[in-house]
Amino acid sequence: MSQSTTDNSPGGAMLTGFLRADGRKGIRNTIVVAYLVECAHHVSREVVYPFRERSVHLIGFGGCYPNSYSLTMMKQLCTHPNVGAVLLVSLGCEGFDRGTLHAAVAASGRPVHTLVIQQEGGTRRTIAEGQAWVERTRAALDATPRVPMAVSELIVGTVCGGSDATSGITANPAIGRAFDLLVDHDATCIFEETGELIGCEHIMAGRAATPALGDALIATVEKAARYYTVLGHGSFAPGNAEGGLTTQEEKSMGAYSKSGGATISGIIKPGDVPDTSGLFLLDVVPDGDVRFGFPNINDNAEIAELIACGSHIVLFSTGRGSVVGSAISPVIKVCANPETYRRMTDDMDVDAGRILEARGTLDEVGQEIFTQVLDVARGTATASEALAHQEFVLTYKVFEPVGPSCHPHTQGA
Amino acid sequence: MAFDPRLIHLHPTDNVVTAATALLAGAPILLGGGSVTPAESIALGFKVAARDIGIGEKIIKWGVPIGSATAPIAAGAVVHLHNMQSDYLPTFTLDGERRYVAEHH
Repeated sequence: MSQSTTDNSPGGAMLTGFLRADGRKGIRNTIVVAYLVECAHHVSREVVYPFRERSVHLIGFGGCYPNSYSLTMMKQLCTHPNVGAVLLVSLGCEGFDRGTLHAAVAASGRPVHTLVIQQEGGTRRTIAEGQAWVERTRAALDATPRVPMAVSELIVGTVCGGSDATSGITANPAIGRAFDLLVDHDATCIFEETGELIGCEHIMAGRAATPALGDALIATVEKAARYYTVLGHGSFAPGNAEGGLTTQEEKSMGAYSKSGGATISGIIKPGDVPDTSGLFLLDVVPDGDVRFGFPNINDNAEIAELIACGSHIVLFSTGRGSVVGSAISPVIKVCANPETYRRMTDDMDVDAGRILEARGTLDEVGQEIFTQVLDVARGTATASEALAHQEFVLTYKVFEPVGPSCHPHTQGA
Repeated sequence: MAFDPRLIHLHPTDNVVTAATALLAGAPILLGGGSVTPAESIALGFKVAARDIGIGEKIIKWGVPIGSATAPIAAGAVVHLHNMQSDYLPTFTLDGERRYVAEHH
């Protein structure tokens, strides 16, 4: 998908990006500063602070105990195509496998440096060292040339948060229209929230590229249903019926409508980069017994997983009004509710709620989202980027690799 | 098919539309083939039958079945717990004392 020579973007305009050694291209050239335990968080934040509007972002993992999921996530985030260089900040005695992470970033061809606070001589010296490294590295990265990039090389994720009764009838289906346009241009799209898909797994299976993938999609949602049952949280709440939703499948369809109408090409898990273009379901619910609590503790945990799967941009549907952005990849906020949009205009990118006021159709808003994706890929700042939102969270999880039926393209090829 | 701009037809095959705003009983709405006058008020987010729907027929929204009709539904009527049910599992609502109750048909 990275070798497309046709100009497949509307208006005839190609994108440009930053070419990485693995062949992937980024739409941003960010320096990531990553703390490897909460004890190194403050020092890392102080390193980033003077550069926070110069594309230097803070990420990290707070836990002291090692965990293969968090290591995979950190590797994939630090070698994301939007990332140009990485500074790792360790306290020194935490359990995180910093040597493996450092080696993975170095192997990707990116500048990488590890500071160990206990060896540097404490807070003040580490901050000074870190800021000096970031200043030098930022200057070098700013000289990086851009190369041509096709729309087909984009990976776009979607998530919803702060949903209300309008989400499923405006922003979500409009994102679905934009996903259809992106898939038509051979881009890669990722949707998730399997816990919100309970009741539409059979509908979803009907869109699978193969029958075996359809079975795997159903199993993925059944896993989510079991997980949430153990946690004591069903999906359909009484307030849903008071808002006009009648059945479980109708409620889930509201979230599911973000996926549009394209054939589903495969299932991925956090940190898996899709092996082909098309539409993918990201299975966010851990495997095995319930451990470590909720699958995703908040919207940014989901956004971080979409980015770890290679998303260059995340489309965020909100009705009640979320303000978040993310480290590493721009977040485009699609506001479902026109009242919320008027109240929080500065935080929103797309006024999808205008559909409710007959000021636009789903197709028009879908086309606008698609156009914004291309503009943001070309460098236009999203609302949350302009406001310096760079939220990030990463917690403990456990995953098994996906089965062979989850990626039929490579298996059948 | 032309629909009243206050009604959202999410997919061409849908037999229900969603109210984009509160609609008052007795005020005519434009539904595809013609105008109908709803006997009841319709709140934002609620479904309205886009055409006559027979008992047992699937309710189609976003182009997919979201349940089945449990009673004949006339074009322009509200489609909700009283005339449709899940094909998947019972819908739980709160009764007058805020207890969970399953909707049975």
